[in-house]
Amino acid sequence: MEDKILLAHGSGGKLMHDLIKQLFLKKFNNPILAKLDDMAALDLGEAKLAFTTDTYVVDPLFFPGGDIGKLAICGTVNDLAMSGAIPKYISAAFIVEEGLPFTELEGILESMAEAAREAGVAVVTGDTKVVEKGGADKLFINTAGVGIIPGDADISGSNAKPGDKVILSGTIGDHGIAVMSHREGLKFKTTLASDCAPLNQLVAEILQASKKIRCLRDPTRGGLASTLNEFADQSQVGIVIEEQLVPIKEEILGACEMLGYDPFHIANEGKLVAIVAPEDTEKLVTVMRENKYGKDATVIGEVVDEPKGKVMAKTIIGATRILDMLVGEQLPRIC
Amino acid sequence: MRHLSEYRDPALAKKFIEEIRKVSHKKISLMEVCGTHTVAISKNGIRQVLPEKITLLSGPGCPVCVTANRDLDKAIAIAQEPGVILTTFGDMMKVPGSHSSLAREKAEGVDIRMVYSTLDALGIAENNPNKKVVFFGVGFETTSPTVALSIIEAERRGLKNYSVLVRHKVIPPAMIALLSLGEVRIDGFICPGHVSTIIGSLPYEPIAAEGIPCVIGGFEPLDILQSILMLTKQIENGESCVEIQYSRSVRPRGNEIALQTLDKVFKLADADWRGIGIIPESGHALREEYAAFDADRTFKVDIPPPKEAQGCSCGEILRGVKFPHECKLFGKACTPEAPVGPCMVSSEGSCAAYYRYGK
Repeated sequence: MEDKILLAHGSGGKLMHDLIKQLFLKKFNNPILAKLDDMAALDLGEAKLAFTTDTYVVDPLFFPGGDIGKLAICGTVNDLAMSGAIPKYISAAFIVEEGLPFTELEGILESMAEAAREAGVAVVTGDTKVVEKGGADKLFINTAGVGIIPGDADISGSNAKPGDKVILSGTIGDHGIAVMSHREGLKFKTTLASDCAPLNQLVAEILQASKKIRCLRDPTRGGLASTLNEFADQSQVGIVIEEQLVPIKEEILGACEMLGYDPFHIANEGKLVAIVAPEDTEKLVTVMRENKYGKDATVIGEVVDEPKGKVMAKTIIGATRILDMLVGEQLPRIC
Repeated sequence: MRHLSEYRDPALAKKFIEEIRKVSHKKISLMEVCGTHTVAISKNGIRQVLPEKITLLSGPGCPVCVTANRDLDKAIAIAQEPGVILTTFGDMMKVPGSHSSLAREKAEGVDIRMVYSTLDALGIAENNPNKKVVFFGVGFETTSPTVALSIIEAERRGLKNYSVLVRHKVIPPAMIALLSLGEVRIDGFICPGHVSTIIGSLPYEPIAAEGIPCVIGGFEPLDILQSILMLTKQIENGESCVEIQYSRSVRPRGNEIALQTLDKVFKLADADWRGIGIIPESGHALREEYAAFDADRTFKVDIPPPKEAQGCSCGEILRGVKFPHECKLFGKACTPEAPVGPCMVSSEGSCAAYYRYGK
């Protein structure tokens, strides 16, 4: 292990997973954390709660399609929703750098309020700290959230079985590329916007339609490749996807070519991956497409027995390659 | 950018693959000398669809991989000098030198900054008049003209605190060096599309004249398959010439403005290649008129003799003598998370490509 934290430890890729397993999990080990899902499922006897937290450090604060505030609500709502929970209450903590214009903070709070309204959650507690200039970069936000897990829901990254299908709710790469296109030192013109959105309504609709959804996750940092690898690892199965079937906008492909990125590793903030039983696949795709956040939903692959813990991609020329997790740092502070 | 999907058409790919199978009779080895090709070949699984008779080798095409430890050690030593801000392209950051890497030094607090353009490095120089801003220039003609331009621009703006550690290389002399070493059989070269957009096709003529066919190829799956088909046809027909597959970008004379800019600022010089050693006139050095911008002249740093990582086969891999998986460290002691050699570190390195996408 490195003797210092590198930016790559926060990239959502391999180094971060190692850090979590080798340090955090060791120090805080308990069965709930050890599941390594994006939220903790708490069994309180009469009710089952989902509990999660996330910190937002995106740079710049405002980007096409959203801002740090919208992201802070949607990200936490989505982490809760991916457990099958109904998100209810959110806490918000702000670390503000001295000198941040009031109007910027106000705009960010306004979009938080709007995102919370859409998601049907209430921001019920919070905290504000101001640090001296240089003590933080403009604004960091932490949100935590709780939701109620319905009695019959059993969604976890460890539930995938061979034969299951992989459904993706829409195009990949939009958030990461939209943020990068506005990053100082990297600015390029594009009409792309972040896909940042609360997905709890979409999740509620698909859970209503099928009891055979095994895994749900939003492919944020580390992109689709990391999420699929997490599923393969947690469920000890293989996953095979077909590159051609994965919807990617032509502009995203172009930007990725220019920047040397793989769209499979780019962050999304308004997409979900669902692993579902084969017999319910068609129905679920139809249901997803009726929701505006799932209109491009499509089946991209399936779960197989071997090789366990690995994700393979069928390329357009009919060959097969490994689809690995992001290694190293792509671009820090994407969310 | 549009049209990408056209170069990823499965039906056309199938046609090319069938055509290659039809014309291929001899056992041949083709070498690509461009990191982007290395990655594209692995990522698309090109090797899996070729007849067994055709072997694809990776040569010294990854710009950061071929940078010698001695040069990297010097860049690190300059970065450690007081008042220096070292700037470079991102790919160079993680590559280990003899004792450290730029990323490690950055984590230790040394002022090293990753830039996306040499103009950003000039901006840093302008905004930090009391610092000495050094750009560590590696790579082939895809990047060297922009470095040349930054020096012309620095002179125009009267910037006295900007200099470049020039370690730029040119690929054709390395291709000739590999042929004359004679360690591996090379029946044809897939020549780099981006580099050739600048240098054109003429610099490969001496190689074709030696009986080794050259095809300048693009980077999409169809480009690569078509380049392989063109090379196979030449070899099967006993021909040897330079062909341009990547004709939507490459002209025989290249980009004349870029070449003039290069020639104005740089002269050819001997260069040290990892795994190969010094190749005469295979790199760039600043002309006398631009001596004031030459970090080799403005910084006198002592560096200990370079050291190679034990057991690392990057040298042989860059010469095409070994495949990445034939190195005993590959995937065990050396992985992208804990890399030993540069070919595993760089996103364009052949070890990283083999590891990431499977062989």
